[in-house]
Amino acid sequence: MDGALLPRPAPADDPMVPRTFRIERRVAEVDGCFTLTLKATDGRPFAFQPGQFNMLYVFGVGEVAISVSGDCRDLNTLTHTIREVGTVTRAMARLRPGDVIGVRGPFGRPWPIEEAYGNDILFVTGTVGLAPLRPLIFEVLNRREHFGKVVICYGSRGTHDILYEKQLHQWRGRFDLQVHVTVHSAPSGYRGRVGSVANLVKIARFDPEHTTAYVCRSETMTRPAVQALHDRGITSDRIYVTLERNMKCGVGFCGHCQMGPSFMCKDGPVYRYDTIEDIFTVREL
Amino acid sequence: MDSNDNSNGTRHTVRRLDRNGLDALTAALQADGRMVIGPRVRDGAIVYDPLDGAGDLPWGLIDEQDGGRYRLVPGPDNAAFAHVVGPQSWKKYLYPARQTLWRGRRDGPRFSVEVPAEPTPRTAFIGVRACELAAMAVQDRVFGVRAHSGQSVGQQQYTDTGYAARRAAAFIVAVNCSRAGGTCFCASMGTGPKAESGYDIVLTELSDGGESVFVAEGGSEAGWALLDRLDAVPAGDGDIRAAERVVDATRAHMGRAMVPGVNRLLAENLEHPQWDAVASRCLSCANCTMVCPTCFCTTVEDTTDLTGEHVERWRRWDSCFTVDFSYIHGGSIRQGGASRYRQWMTHKLSHWHDQFGTSGCTGCGRCITWCPVGIDITEEARAIHDDCHRTDDAGTGRGG
Ligand SMILES: Cc1cc2nc3c(=O)[nH]c(=O)nc-3n(C[C@H](O)[C@H](O)[C@H](O)COP(=O)(O)OP(=O)(O)OC[C@H]3O[C@@H](n4cnc5c(N)ncnc54)[C@H](O)[C@@H]3O)c2cc1C
Ligand code: SF4
Ligand code: SF4
Ligand code: FES
Repeated sequence: MDGALLPRPAPADDPMVPRTFRIERRVAEVDGCFTLTLKATDGRPFAFQPGQFNMLYVFGVGEVAISVSGDCRDLNTLTHTIREVGTVTRAMARLRPGDVIGVRGPFGRPWPIEEAYGNDILFVTGTVGLAPLRPLIFEVLNRREHFGKVVICYGSRGTHDILYEKQLHQWRGRFDLQVHVTVHSAPSGYRGRVGSVANLVKIARFDPEHTTAYVCRSETMTRPAVQALHDRGITSDRIYVTLERNMKCGVGFCGHCQMGPSFMCKDGPVYRYDTIEDIFTVREL
Repeated sequence: MDSNDNSNGTRHTVRRLDRNGLDALTAALQADGRMVIGPRVRDGAIVYDPLDGAGDLPWGLIDEQDGGRYRLVPGPDNAAFAHVVGPQSWKKYLYPARQTLWRGRRDGPRFSVEVPAEPTPRTAFIGVRACELAAMAVQDRVFGVRAHSGQSVGQQQYTDTGYAARRAAAFIVAVNCSRAGGTCFCASMGTGPKAESGYDIVLTELSDGGESVFVAEGGSEAGWALLDRLDAVPAGDGDIRAAERVVDATRAHMGRAMVPGVNRLLAENLEHPQWDAVASRCLSCANCTMVCPTCFCTTVEDTTDLTGEHVERWRRWDSCFTVDFSYIHGGSIRQGGASRYRQWMTHKLSHWHDQFGTSGCTGCGRCITWCPVGIDITEEARAIHDDCHRTDDAGTGRGG
């Protein structure tokens, strides 16, 4: 099985203690985002599976959960795409190549891949949500022969904040991939699609009976996305979503990431939708 | 655990200790290089502090406890363990409120990280109650200590090695409760009042008016071996029967009781109006989570020295009653007091089962006693239970 090619990450020696990684490259992306390419200072490889995240630590400032956004077959490069929103991410934005950051991980359940063999694949995402999904897209393309149609539905706010635009453009050029991009608002004369991601789900071509959907959006945007998938006849047991909670440890000790019966850091952040459908609608859980 | 030469082989003798015998027990533990920790009075409450000897125990005192109320008063007997549990629990020692996770040093653009090598003190806990043994077993699961085989639900991938080391270094002298406190409900949680397992020695105090005697039984080889070293007389059949009667009487006099089926009851009533009702009284002060012997939540703190070259990362107790606890960029998940109280109560009584295959509540009653407004977890559960019963009877079942 192809899955065997993927190295299974070994639990870290002490999961609370970071390894240090050197920033090799820093790329400014759209919308206050930047991508850091990291190398381990001890030269040891770093293995992860698509959908997993790390706890990234900025010296003297703090630590935050960030999904890995690179290729899981490249064990010597660790890639993260980060949006500047608050204290830690702002400090991270100021780091430059040569600086060192702390990394704990990888943590969390990955996006399942083998479960979708034989199906059409639908990625539903928007703005920076594409970052946590990108390792999965890479891997699905790596194992392209196992899937039917592969569709990416991506939405951003405006025409200037399309994440990984070059990459999307490149994927669009592939004959074995449908890429639909929409923006929420655009200047007049814009030739692309304007509207919601849900609308892209309506027009995408796939076989609803045999489709697995991966949704990576904010929690409020996940609801309409799932609704659109249901409307097209994709059942909850073939929809995977990812969620966010405050995280202090990543290993099930600190309690911060709880959502009802689940610890998001170890039972998530990726969930098969039918397993959380009941509690997802409970307010402030 | 300690290994002592036990030439008696397999037959063990239940012993009878008097007050001097109890002192000899603490002295023997100290001679083994252990810090002996047990109940003693400080600032009007019974806390768990180091003891010099059995004389430091709260002889003759009992604690009156009720919702939001705690008072030490003289008891009828000159007993050492007629009190029940106070505001502290053993997690104070097994899982300290503040711990250094690691230290870091900056070196140009780089930095290095080191874990402080702190030796684990050898301890002996004296006076551990059944509900507290249950709480330790619960935290063992939370922190991935695999002492309890056969665990299938919620097996942790990682082990908190600090906790595991402190747990292994503790010798446990349990006490069967000879009196139930006003807020105790261990019998309805199935955790007490009799210590069933998880101890090295268990004592039952017999104190009919006069001086106390203690029926002492081993729970591990180390425990039996220590008892053999004490030069104490064997307990008679009458003592052993009396000890059983003591526990039975305690079981019959529980201060409170949890409604049956509370796990499913709460899981099915996440949107019950009672959450708003309790929120109108709850101050979100977090006392209940601090005194709870199973609450394990922590946050991290980063400290930097004046040069900015040295940092420390600390882990300290935290509580789901704070708004910050669930903060994510854009706003906290649990904004309202109702959702925070619900988190606490459903976590303890319901979701803990999903996570760790056991209840997170042991029935110790601390959260009731130490709530400044006397909110009572058993009453809150009963309110939901009774409401569901009413609607069920009316044929409009809410699904209780
Ligand atoms: C599993 C997971 C994967 C993530 N992946 C990415 C990613 O790939 N790229 C990215 O840009 N962001 C990602 N995030 C969100 C990222 O963790 C937050 O943006 C970040 O914690 C904000 O920290 P701050 O100190 O800059 O912000 P502040 O607003 O100052 O936050 C203060 C503290 O609150 C907590 N916090 C705030 N927002 C969040 C949040 N959304 N999630 C969890 N904790 C939060 C953190 O402890 C943070 O240090 C992810 C979050 C999770 C849970
Ligand atoms: S009740 Fe609250 S503080 Fe206690 S373990 Fe649960 S989430 Fe943590
Ligand atoms: S229930 Fe009582 S002890 Fe707990 S947070 Fe509310 S007021 Fe404080
Ligand atoms: S992040 Fe600490 S328990 Fe999940």
